[in-house]
Amino acid sequence: MQTIQTGQKKVALTNKDLNSMFFRSLFLLGSFNFERAQNMGFCFVMIPAIKRLYKPGKERNEALARHMEWFNTHPWLTAPIFGVTAAMEEEKANTGKVDETAIAAMKIGLMGPLAGVGDPLFWGTSRPVLAALGAGIAMTGSIIGPLLFFVLINAIRLTCKWYFLRYGYTKGSEIIQDMAGGRIKKLTEGASIVGLFVMGALVSKWTTINIPIVATKINGKTQTVQDILDSVMPGMLALILTLFVSWLLKKGVNPLLIIFAIFGLGILGKWLGFLG
Amino acid sequence: MNIIQIILILLVAGIAGMGSVLDEAQTHRPLVACTLIGLILGDVKTGIILGGTLEMMALGWMNVGLAMAPDTALASVISTLLVINTHTSIGEGIAIAVPLAAAGQALTIFVRTIVVFFVHKGDDFAQKGNYRAIEWMHVIALGLQALRVMIPTGIVLALSTSAVEGVLKSIPTVITGGLQIGGGIIVVVGYAMVINMMDVPELKPFFYLGFLFAAFTKFNLVGFGGLGLILALLYLQLEYSGKNNNSQAAVASAGSSQQSNSSADDDLDDDLDD
Repeated sequence: MQTIQTGQKKVALTNKDLNSMFFRSLFLLGSFNFERAQNMGFCFVMIPAIKRLYKPGKERNEALARHMEWFNTHPWLTAPIFGVTAAMEEEKANTGKVDETAIAAMKIGLMGPLAGVGDPLFWGTSRPVLAALGAGIAMTGSIIGPLLFFVLINAIRLTCKWYFLRYGYTKGSEIIQDMAGGRIKKLTEGASIVGLFVMGALVSKWTTINIPIVATKINGKTQTVQDILDSVMPGMLALILTLFVSWLLKKGVNPLLIIFAIFGLGILGKWLGFLG
Repeated sequence: MNIIQIILILLVAGIAGMGSVLDEAQTHRPLVACTLIGLILGDVKTGIILGGTLEMMALGWMNVGLAMAPDTALASVISTLLVINTHTSIGEGIAIAVPLAAAGQALTIFVRTIVVFFVHKGDDFAQKGNYRAIEWMHVIALGLQALRVMIPTGIVLALSTSAVEGVLKSIPTVITGGLQIGGGIIVVVGYAMVINMMDVPELKPFFYLGFLFAAFTKFNLVGFGGLGLILALLYLQLEYSGKNNNSQAAVASAGSSQQSNSSADDDLDDDLDD
């Protein structure tokens, strides 16, 4: 202890180090692999901090090696984890009071809950909503569609990644209490509610199924099967099909198989005239 | 096509390929990738329309955990290239895009398996403290993901346009028309993926609520987003305030877990008051 207090100066990450980590975190998934998922990406992002905190030698090597372990979460919500990890590494380098297992435990403890928030919030809500919005405009041939999607989704992403990296770093290991306090559970629930609600709307409005078979002909007015279904409940077939596919996926059926089956159905329907 | 266009197309192919694994800037989404290819080929409108059409099919395709979605990068780049160069319809574009999405998925799985080798190299470099070599391993892995889309695109660019056009035009209309119909329906697979990801039985009613609202009102997507947000806030307020009162009223009968819950909720309320 004495040597640490008298012999060594306190090392701290600079703003530049954090900026560098932020920049690197935009390439986190580059080496995604089936053995340890985002492990090397994690190490790649931590390198500026490790370089600052540990002089070449055993400690630096150990630091590099401990961030090569299995890691996987939502790529945009890794930011707070990087922040906390940096803060803990800084403390470890300065006081030696934080041990390796604490850092590993924190990473593993945070990645599950954060994936639980990130997947419904970003993949389940933000992206499909903005993409559907953009695609709707794009189908009229307007460049506004792609631009709207690209600009908005990236504004959300970069803001989150920038802010949460610093938030994690300033809060340090305190953040774990934040998570334990149930805030994460609330966020996950809230995100899932918005996601499910919007998905319900998308199923109804943004799916195109049409059965043009003529059902009735009264006074020259034709009514197709689709017209009748729509008068009962618009989007009914889409809902049934979505629930059926959801069930198939839960049974472990490969999504690509389902996709090809639906295209097969489309061709069959076109050929026999029951879909249009 | 001149040499600059070819270089730019390969560049976009590489960016889309990297985007597909990184999942950051969303350059692999059809809305972005198709538009860029259209821009390079001087027919941005076709690119945008095809991008919008493919995007609607792929809404909700996502990588969760270790599961891979069908690959939109390869599908978007090559289908736009072929549709514009051979002057075929959007229907043919979908016909090309679907098998390509499957092929792209197989290729990215292949690359993600190969990367394991580079990760093991990275382990060795970490032992030696050679951080620069680890960086290289990471960058090479990313480069492989770029090549995964660039090489097939290069092969397509090398094919004679008239030959490809002949093949595309020989597809019977019942197939292209059928695929277009399928394209309108296929989006349900993405919806189902998203719904399964948020598989909480007590929240399922919100899905049906959204469905009913959309079926009988004229709200647009922004409206649905806002409405969903308000519902979420209301639900959370009711759920947590309700629990708090209950646990205060029945402290004696409440178990230790219940108490720890309520204290956590108090923290949350404090947080919300901030």
